[in-house]
Amino acid sequence: MDFLNALVALSNFVIIPAIAYGSQLALGALGVTLIYGILRFSNFAHGDTMAFGAMIGVLVTWFLQSMGVSFGPLPTALLALPFAILGTMALVLITDRVVYRFYREQKAKPVILVIVSMGVMFIMNGLVRFIIGPNDQKFADGERFIISVREFKALTGLKEGLAIKTTQGITVVVAIIAVALLFWFLNRTRTGKSMRAYSDNEDLALLSGINPERVVMYTWLIVAALATTAGVLYGLDKSFKPFVYFQLLLPIFASAIVGGLGSPLGAIAGGFVIAFSEVTITYAWKKVLKYMLPESLEPSSLVQLLSTDYKFAVSFVILIVVLLFKPTGLFKGKSV
Amino acid sequence: MSDSLKKTLLFGAMALLLVGEGVFVSWNSALGILNFGLISAILALGVNLQWGYAGLFNVGIMGFVALGGLAVALTSMPPETEAWSASGGWRILAALVIGAAVVALTVVVQKKVSKGRAKLIASLVILIGGFFIYRGIFDPGVAFVEAINPASAGNIGGINPGGENYKDHGYMTIIGWIVGGLLAAGVAWLIGKTALGLRSDYLAIATLGIAEIIIAVMKNEDWLARGVKNVSGLPRPVPYEIDLQNSEGFVATAQGLGIDPVTASTLYVKLGYSLMFTAVLVLILVGAQLALHSPWGRMMRAIRDNEAAAEAMGKDVTNRHLQIFVLGSAICGIAGAMMTTLDGQLTPGSYQPLRYTFLIWVMVIVGGSGNNLGAVLGGFLIYYLFIKVEVWGPEIMTLITSGMADDSWLKEHLIDSAAHMRLLTMGVILLLVLRFSPRGLIPEK
Repeated sequence: MDFLNALVALSNFVIIPAIAYGSQLALGALGVTLIYGILRFSNFAHGDTMAFGAMIGVLVTWFLQSMGVSFGPLPTALLALPFAILGTMALVLITDRVVYRFYREQKAKPVILVIVSMGVMFIMNGLVRFIIGPNDQKFADGERFIISVREFKALTGLKEGLAIKTTQGITVVVAIIAVALLFWFLNRTRTGKSMRAYSDNEDLALLSGINPERVVMYTWLIVAALATTAGVLYGLDKSFKPFVYFQLLLPIFASAIVGGLGSPLGAIAGGFVIAFSEVTITYAWKKVLKYMLPESLEPSSLVQLLSTDYKFAVSFVILIVVLLFKPTGLFKGKSV
Repeated sequence: MSDSLKKTLLFGAMALLLVGEGVFVSWNSALGILNFGLISAILALGVNLQWGYAGLFNVGIMGFVALGGLAVALTSMPPETEAWSASGGWRILAALVIGAAVVALTVVVQKKVSKGRAKLIASLVILIGGFFIYRGIFDPGVAFVEAINPASAGNIGGINPGGENYKDHGYMTIIGWIVGGLLAAGVAWLIGKTALGLRSDYLAIATLGIAEIIIAVMKNEDWLARGVKNVSGLPRPVPYEIDLQNSEGFVATAQGLGIDPVTASTLYVKLGYSLMFTAVLVLILVGAQLALHSPWGRMMRAIRDNEAAAEAMGKDVTNRHLQIFVLGSAICGIAGAMMTTLDGQLTPGSYQPLRYTFLIWVMVIVGGSGNNLGAVLGGFLIYYLFIKVEVWGPEIMTLITSGMADDSWLKEHLIDSAAHMRLLTMGVILLLVLRFSPRGLIPEK
């Protein structure tokens, strides 16, 4: 019994939140990694692209709610997601046309593109604040829990409860669908293959008649879809606050780099590595250890390795360790 | 147009903007912008040193600015005598020394022990064991210090020798500026040692992370400088307004000049800061200019332009990078210390990367990377715009929306949100300069 209780407590506080957070990070990191693979720069505006997508999601959700549309037990935001993706696609395509294309034609150094993306970051951040303001916005509706603590306890008779929020379930399902679609696209379609070819060797791809502008356009479209999905899911799971998305930039980059920049598979693995480390290191283990250890050894303190405010430090330390010992990341990424 | 004429014109225009602010708004506001402009210019010089001379992409400026602020609080406040007992401050200090020793030992093991499983196990044992020993000593010390009078103190205080009368020892803040520079330099050395070998965008991510961690530490370690409870009432190197207003001589002089004594006292204080900051700026600017035109500066630019060639000429690229990274960060630390002095309080919650890191980058790029005068001009100009756009935004928006119905929600929303225009404007300025004048207002020669 004690073992089961420990397992349930562990799932409730560590495994489930980490899986949901890891899915969100993985989606974000996929966007960063694709931009890096195809356009060859680290996009600092990615967090704010997510915020922009989520913002449209919030606005469309509000509109749908006011029209009386709902999605039954599921959050209305899922219905809004396609519109949000379209809106973000429009924004990134305009950004690419107006801003990035010029530097691509000039063959500017990657670091210049990073600085340019800083400017884009300012603009997107300003846009989001201008349209929806800097405050917290709630837009989740529908059923709150797939299974709540009370139901679980009644069902199993265990002392510890397990709650799975609807948003956590949706996050995982949507993330799996998105990733499956992405990999199908990259591996099976002609455009996807040309994208991978372009990423592997630009000159060779150009020689075989691949149109670079087309590849770049598709990349932005996919990145917009991924970023919006990640942004809306994160906003549903936690809450929508523009500044938080900017702060997500660090764990997202850490995920992409730990997995190996330019490698989609690596981005997913990196997302989960970062999420699980953040959650386990900042979790107070007392509850779980209480069941696992004999009474005499029961810990008196919270057994929390680091306070939750230091979760950035965790992703950062992992990032540095990986960079020092395996600079190309877990899955062989680029190291240009 | 000759080069020096252009510079004179640009700086003259900047001066005119500030004078205009003084004449049309108020001299108080003009001096306020001038003071922050001076600090921004110093920050921009620091970043220009790293980016313009050496091509190092540092986006952790906020962290060094915050460290400078921390140094002022730790230098200019009096020590909390109760906290400095064996079970409080000294215990924390001992724990920190042990923590550093653990890390140092791990590094030694990594360097000396030959590759294999033994190395990994030894490092892990040292790190994990060391962590628990460190926490075992550290946590009770922190609990002890933070329990002492938490509403007004709960921290270790600083090293001001004045005790109760610490406000009479205003010079300690100036010492704090130097300490701020040294603290930032020390941290920069640590970061540089680990992260400088990385390529440019990895270095960027690494510094971005470091800055967030520094802020997190300052927010959460209440024993250090009270965390988000802030340290207020820092002593000043200039007199207090209220003392001036009570001094008969000052009131008589002010009235003699035909200025209201209250306004005169605020102007006097701000002017005092302006003079000090100008002195620091000139000192750093002259130093940076001399360095730029010395053989050292030429070597730096050679490394920036072609690392492989410079290395082939026998230049130690990694060490030179470390050197300039530490120097530039120290300057940012000094500027951060000055900023906290000007505010009179340390508020870790107020450090935002957009304001303290990315805005500085806009200054450097707009001013002209690689050119010190350009960085200074960029510092003044962008800070001026940053402040003024917030004022102009709502005014312009009111004008634009004047045709709309008064009770329309759109009009209300537009006017309310106009204050957020400044981030947008900064982004647009940065992109425009990068596109049409990528070398900035005053380009590198």
